[in-house]
Amino acid sequence: MMALIETNLPALQVVLPLVAAPLCAMLGRGSRSWAFATIVSWLTFLIALSLFTKTFGGTIISYEMGGWAPPVGIEYRVDVLNAFVLMIVSGMAAIVLPYARRSVAAEIPAERQSFFYTAFLLCLTGLLGVTITGDAFNVFVFLEISSLSTYALVASGAWRNKRALTAAYNYLIMGTVGATFFVIGIGMLYMVTGTLNMADLAVRIAAHGDSSTVHMGFVFILIGIGLKLAMFPLHLWLPNAYSFAPSAVTAFLAATATKVAVYVMLRFMFTVFGFDYEFQAATLEMVVLPLAILAMFAASLVAIFQDDLKRMLAYSSVAQIGYILLGLTFLTDTGLTAAIIHLFNHAVTKGALFMVAGCYVLMAGTSSISSLRGVGRDMPWTTAAFVVAGFSLIGLPLTVGFVSKWYLVLAALELGWWPVALLIMASSLLAIIYVWRVVETAYLQSAPEGTVRKEAPLSMLIPTWVLVAMSIWFGINAMTTSAAASRAADMLIGSSQILWED
Amino acid sequence: MEHHSILRVISKLLIPPIILYALYVQWHGDYGPGGGFQAGVVFAVAFILYSLVYGVDALTKIVPPRLLHAFAGIGVLIYAGTGIVTMLLGDAFLGYNALAHDPVHAQEWGIIIVEFGVGVTVASVMMTIFIAFASHNPPLKDQDW
Repeated sequence: MMALIETNLPALQVVLPLVAAPLCAMLGRGSRSWAFATIVSWLTFLIALSLFTKTFGGTIISYEMGGWAPPVGIEYRVDVLNAFVLMIVSGMAAIVLPYARRSVAAEIPAERQSFFYTAFLLCLTGLLGVTITGDAFNVFVFLEISSLSTYALVASGAWRNKRALTAAYNYLIMGTVGATFFVIGIGMLYMVTGTLNMADLAVRIAAHGDSSTVHMGFVFILIGIGLKLAMFPLHLWLPNAYSFAPSAVTAFLAATATKVAVYVMLRFMFTVFGFDYEFQAATLEMVVLPLAILAMFAASLVAIFQDDLKRMLAYSSVAQIGYILLGLTFLTDTGLTAAIIHLFNHAVTKGALFMVAGCYVLMAGTSSISSLRGVGRDMPWTTAAFVVAGFSLIGLPLTVGFVSKWYLVLAALELGWWPVALLIMASSLLAIIYVWRVVETAYLQSAPEGTVRKEAPLSMLIPTWVLVAMSIWFGINAMTTSAAASRAADMLIGSSQILWED
Repeated sequence: MEHHSILRVISKLLIPPIILYALYVQWHGDYGPGGGFQAGVVFAVAFILYSLVYGVDALTKIVPPRLLHAFAGIGVLIYAGTGIVTMLLGDAFLGYNALAHDPVHAQEWGIIIVEFGVGVTVASVMMTIFIAFASHNPPLKDQDW
């Protein structure tokens, strides 16, 4: 039995939550489906952990779906990069679900909760599927599974605020446009190569050489994924979707959905198109680099002027995605390491911050910063969690945020791009402003008359503090994450040592 | 409901052949054009036609939404369950070859079971979507036609 499970681990990673989802819908009662979903998410996390330990040394696990050998069949291909992302996604699900019980119970009617957890598991299935598969079209299918369930999850915020419906609809339109662009891009590549397997695509594109069809394919994929990961001017769906979704959903999506999209971008850029594809290098430097820097500043500036805490954090997410894209555009080993490590670091930090926002929504009934005056005295543990995670968002030493910024600045200096390094540090100052604004309202202002606020329940505080503790632990002890990230970066660069002749 | 005799008679005549055709498309899927998705849609159309003529309440009396939700899940379980069975038999996920002695039969059986799962889910989801949309508006009164 153990041997059976062992050989089928890559399939089980996706199949387990997929099978669990319909079962969860049939369970009926809210707390039963919650317990079931939580156990499933822990098992998925265990699978991801064991895949990660297996691939950490550099082994690549290839699994043939249905026994059809690649490139004809669908291949699941696990290497250190996607095992790392699998671990982030399933780990966040395993932490968010225990937190979700109280928060979901307050935000979603009891008879709808089993469908909510079903959608959550389907979303998890989709995100894990996107990450694990080695087949370009399969990425699209799983991207749709995760997106469709995400629209439903965002819309389920409508019981708290009706505007969740328009937010979800907006996201639906933008997300569908993104998915369409992505699939058009894959179509272009298929036209040129006649294959959909990523490894095979890489070989054939390199053999085919550059052409305007490949250019078009690259641009369509860049924009399609750009929409999904909220690349700066394409981010307009994100703030509303994050601020109106149920708190647990926001915490999960902010930590995983955009990260998985970034992973897809990394995979296509460096495994499929190759590290030394000139058109890509030019696009990254001329288009994506300025956009990433603009995102860091524009989105942080907008965040400063938001009154809603969740919306402020959402804009800050757009800015943080700017850092990740910036790391990518350096096209160096250190730059990629910075981008990959920030995937993890930002997931932990933003997950914790959105969980704090969820605690406020539950206990204080609001996430508007001005009505959270003096909340630090009523909810000391929650607010302390915000402060520590906020430090990490700014990038103070001893937190994970610092590790990311360190690598980013290092990568910029290696290239001699010191203005970029200065801009990275300057944008951190903006983060100080918007984090401080919340800290000041929470601690230094007195509570409005007649408010009764109690500390958040332990079932919500513990998951929040687990993430906060991780943001400190991996900030002091960055060996594991940075080793994983730098191996993943090496692997991405190593796998694309195919010479472009053109 | 006493008027619309033509609609009622014609739809009663049409519904059985539609269901029969759906089943043909379903089980013929492994030889020729067809398969679970198309069959599921055609199957659902029979019920949707019934509900267009006799009203949504008549439809929900035959197939309550709870039942449809359950069947939507069961279809997925049939599909994924086949994959799990092949895993337990020592092949890959959805590696049908383990299902019978020779691969030709095994592939055929595998695809029939999996397509049946697809058909069940598609039919029930189609009906669920129709019911969800149709029961949001107040039903049209007969006289207003």
